[in-house]
Amino acid sequence: MEHLYDEDIKRLELQANDIRQTIVEMLVEAGSGHTAGPLGMADIFALLYFRALRHDPKNPGWEDRDRLILSNGHICPVLYAAMAHSGYFSVDEARRTLRKFGSRLQGHPHREWLPGLETSSGPLGSGLSQAVGMALADRMDRGPQSNRFYYCLMGDGELNCGQIWEAALLGGKEKLHNVIGIVDRNNIQIDGFTEDIMPLEPLKAKWESFGWHVQEIDGHNMDAINDAINEAKAIFSAPSLIIAHTIPGKGVDFTERRFEWHGNPPGKGPTDVVPKEKQGEEALNALRTLHGMIKSEHK
Amino acid sequence: MTPTPLNPKIFDKDVEQAPIRKGYGEGLLQAGEEDHNVVALCADLTESTQMHLFKNKFPERFVEMGISEQSMASVASGMAAMGKVPFFSSYAMFSPGRNWEQIRTTICYNDVNAKVVGSHAGISVGPDGGTHQAIEDIGLMRMIPRMTVIAPCDSVEAKKATLAAAKYVGPVYIRLAREATPIITTEETPFAIGKAQLFLAPQDGVQAKVGIIATGSLAYNALMAAKQLESEGVPVKMLNLTTVKPLDEDAVLALAAETGAIVTVEEHQRKGGMGSEIAEYLARTRPTKQEFIGVDDQFGQSGTTDELLNHYGMSVADIVAAAKRVMTQ
Repeated sequence: MEHLYDEDIKRLELQANDIRQTIVEMLVEAGSGHTAGPLGMADIFALLYFRALRHDPKNPGWEDRDRLILSNGHICPVLYAAMAHSGYFSVDEARRTLRKFGSRLQGHPHREWLPGLETSSGPLGSGLSQAVGMALADRMDRGPQSNRFYYCLMGDGELNCGQIWEAALLGGKEKLHNVIGIVDRNNIQIDGFTEDIMPLEPLKAKWESFGWHVQEIDGHNMDAINDAINEAKAIFSAPSLIIAHTIPGKGVDFTERRFEWHGNPPGKGPTDVVPKEKQGEEALNALRTLHGMIKSEHK
Repeated sequence: MTPTPLNPKIFDKDVEQAPIRKGYGEGLLQAGEEDHNVVALCADLTESTQMHLFKNKFPERFVEMGISEQSMASVASGMAAMGKVPFFSSYAMFSPGRNWEQIRTTICYNDVNAKVVGSHAGISVGPDGGTHQAIEDIGLMRMIPRMTVIAPCDSVEAKKATLAAAKYVGPVYIRLAREATPIITTEETPFAIGKAQLFLAPQDGVQAKVGIIATGSLAYNALMAAKQLESEGVPVKMLNLTTVKPLDEDAVLALAAETGAIVTVEEHQRKGGMGSEIAEYLARTRPTKQEFIGVDDQFGQSGTTDELLNHYGMSVADIVAAAKRVMTQ
């Protein structure tokens, strides 16, 4: 198992911070899009793209790569930002073109337009089925020893969809050890808090009863994310699910824990803390200075 | 366009019959033998969709999904993304009925090479009643960009269509019926995706006064109607439009130009089906009088195939009457 050393953690946290800044810049430029989910998942994406995933940004069609399926396509700003920072395309393209006419960075991911995407997604609930299908095909070709892994990232609100549980049944039945589901457990969805909209708890027990190996972690702790993925890879008798507890809007005080930031970009969010015209600038300032811990040389 | 060679017994009372879906089962087995990447998924209807032949021969390439059609479409998408050629089957009411959005997004929008096979389509599934009679599926599938829509007219053609779909790269919908249907075509009858076939035509030099275009299980009734018209002295051409999309525009345009009067015949809602495909095309190329044989904006009900075809106006007599109407309008 690859342990993270202190310098690894520091580097990954700075990379996550870069991803968050790019997310904010993209959303401000686009003038629409989702804020809470992408900011909340930046740490997990940093660890995946800069550590866990076997991939080659310069050769996105590499046969031996791991597959990352983003089921909740609306959080694609974090996917695009992570891809840009790891070298699939320029950070500048990400900043300038999200959701624009003719852009490769469609409002929800479109595999056909952007090399490096494994699937097109947006309508919720179908990603896990696709990951399971990929792993089934892989097992037919390479047998149970296949060391390609199939990561499926899902939102927690998305678990309302019946299709997720159809896929969970099949994954459990087929004991697909190389499927690693990661649920962004941020407790919000568009209409409010998940436990008010449609209660999911006890979530861990639900997945376990479907035959999955389940871990619950702090989704902002690099060590915890890394250990959970390593453990998932070591389990051979069942598919794995990681319930990653995250803070929606993580990294910017005024966007954290607010479901109102689910589907709004900085500049169009709730105004009780920061007025609209200052939301982008204040969010970027907070991230660039790590919430004031890095003092501006001009002050 | 010359008439296609047909089963010599096609106009006899004792013509051989077989369910159209049977040809799918045989075709899938052969496709599996020819290409190790062909895989099959089924939602708890393995024998009635005729996938058991494939399953018995290639159990390691068969996925039993249980009753989860939505997941089945997306699992097939994932397998196709890894280079497989998945065929997934259920009753047409459930696939592509229940999982339309998964087919649209994870297969067609996503541009993967998966094949949707809907069995027991049309009202001829009979006694099961309206819940199980898929008469909207052609419309659902033909509206999705990239989707090819095929409705074989008999079991022999269904086998050829299945083999052709396996070789074609891209999403395909194949529509099958449950009941035994007369065998119209022969092993020698040519088949190609996107090509209509002329099943009946007047003698050389005689101009047809009406054109009948049929798809799927009603091709036999359409052919019988054309034969009756011919015996009454009406020069008629009958096209078998196995591929609803992409449309064989040349064949349809030529028929419209020759006859100026078209009857479309399908076991489907009149709205949105093959007849609509024809009308949409002719409206912008050569506006032509058209009669639509199909279900008129209603749901089906229990009954025998004949009872239902008579009740909803899809019998041979209904087609003959429609042809006479459209000729004299």
